Amino acid sequence: MPATDDGQKAQRFREAALPYLDDVYTLARYLLRDASDAEDAVQECYLRALKHFDSYRGPAMKPWLFAILRNVCNAEYARRAHRPSAIEDTPGADEQTPLWQETEASPETEVLRSRDAGAIRKLIDALAEPFKETFVLREINNLSYREIAEAVGAPVGTVMSRLARARAMLRAAWRAEEEQAK
Amino acid sequence: MTCDEARILLHALLDNELDAGHAREVEAHIASCPACAAELAAQREMQRMLADADLRYAAPASLRSRIEASLPQPQRQQPTRRSVLRGFAMGSAVSALAATGIVAVVLRQDDQQRILSEVVSAHLRSLQAGHLTDVVSTDQHTVKPWFNGKLDVAPPVIDLTAQGFTLVGGRLDYIDARAIGAVVYRRRQHVINLFVSQTASTEHRQPKTQTMQGFNCRRWGNRGLNFWAVSDLGADELAEFVDKFEAAMKANVEG
Ligand SMILES: [Zn+2]
Repeated sequence: MPATDDGQKAQRFREAALPYLDDVYTLARYLLRDASDAEDAVQECYLRALKHFDSYRGPAMKPWLFAILRNVCNAEYARRAHRPSAIEDTPGADEQTPLWQETEASPETEVLRSRDAGAIRKLIDALAEPFKETFVLREINNLSYREIAEAVGAPVGTVMSRLARARAMLRAAWRAEEEQAK
Repeated sequence: MTCDEARILLHALLDNELDAGHAREVEAHIASCPACAAELAAQREMQRMLADADLRYAAPASLRSRIEASLPQPQRQQPTRRSVLRGFAMGSAVSALAATGIVAVVLRQDDQQRILSEVVSAHLRSLQAGHLTDVVSTDQHTVKPWFNGKLDVAPPVIDLTAQGFTLVGGRLDYIDARAIGAVVYRRRQHVINLFVSQTASTEHRQPKTQTMQGFNCRRWGNRGLNFWAVSDLGADELAEFVDKFEAAMKANVEG
């Protein structure tokens, strides 16, 4: 392809994809928990996205970029762990104990103390996959359930149950820290 | 509605994802169930605190410039209208066809084309981590019974390891809004998904290869079953896979 067309394609890509740079970087930071690995992953994600931009027909740009980033991060996990699995669905993880048992024992008027962003980020970082990923896509990247389903390649029902679990786990961790602080 | 259901659906209520009917059902349960009402209140409170905290990260300027630098640079001079149109038309096959005015014909996909596109999407989905197989085994006598009871007709599961295609496992997938069996093979690093569905027609349809989004799909029909083999393998190797599979099927039936 002549350079001029490459340039124009790159320009269209710039306009379509670069506005989401912060979103993609945010997800990478939560998934990889390392600033410099996140930067490398985001750059790789944009390179791959540009390469496949010609065949891109949807979904919306943001979930599409997230899906690519997710694959890049999986490769990074595999590199770190020397094993070919990453944002794996732990067998049965979605059907663990019912969600409400853990809150049943707690008082109905439970109040969480407000925490600063740094402390909350740490709590989120500690969530297990695939719950963390779903949580970040919803709560921080503001994707709809359907977009999350597209980005992670799971049915919407799975997204819903993961999200419910992620929030329950986060709240439990949040409360546990407060108990400790007492 | 049970509490278990409400504990999941109240999140969708919080996130404004429920249609009016379901929202009313959840609200009715909450109104009559103090435990679920407390849960909703606690989740709403946590969501508010999460929204108040700035949990996003800003991409460093150096990252932005690294990405900018890796993109091909646009032309210096103002592009002519003609070159803009040309650039647009080259953006995608659809826009290229739109430019020739036959887009309606292309967009109205016929059934086969639509199913091919679903088959390729299912293949793509399966390549994401953790989605390839529901049952992992190189033993056909493990994979085949796994399908029993999950589908009206269990797909034939044939070990082709000796022929150079390793059986990896099986998976339930959805094509054309129906559950369908996928038998997964590997050759070197390439994954082959073999989708199998029942069909009313028992006539033999010759294998035919089509290409979509860089994947080859070889489709054929035999013994009341429709087959789609999808892979990023070259067309010749995929055809070899189908030949080996059919030969082994034939041997099984006759033997
Ligand atoms: Zn209830």
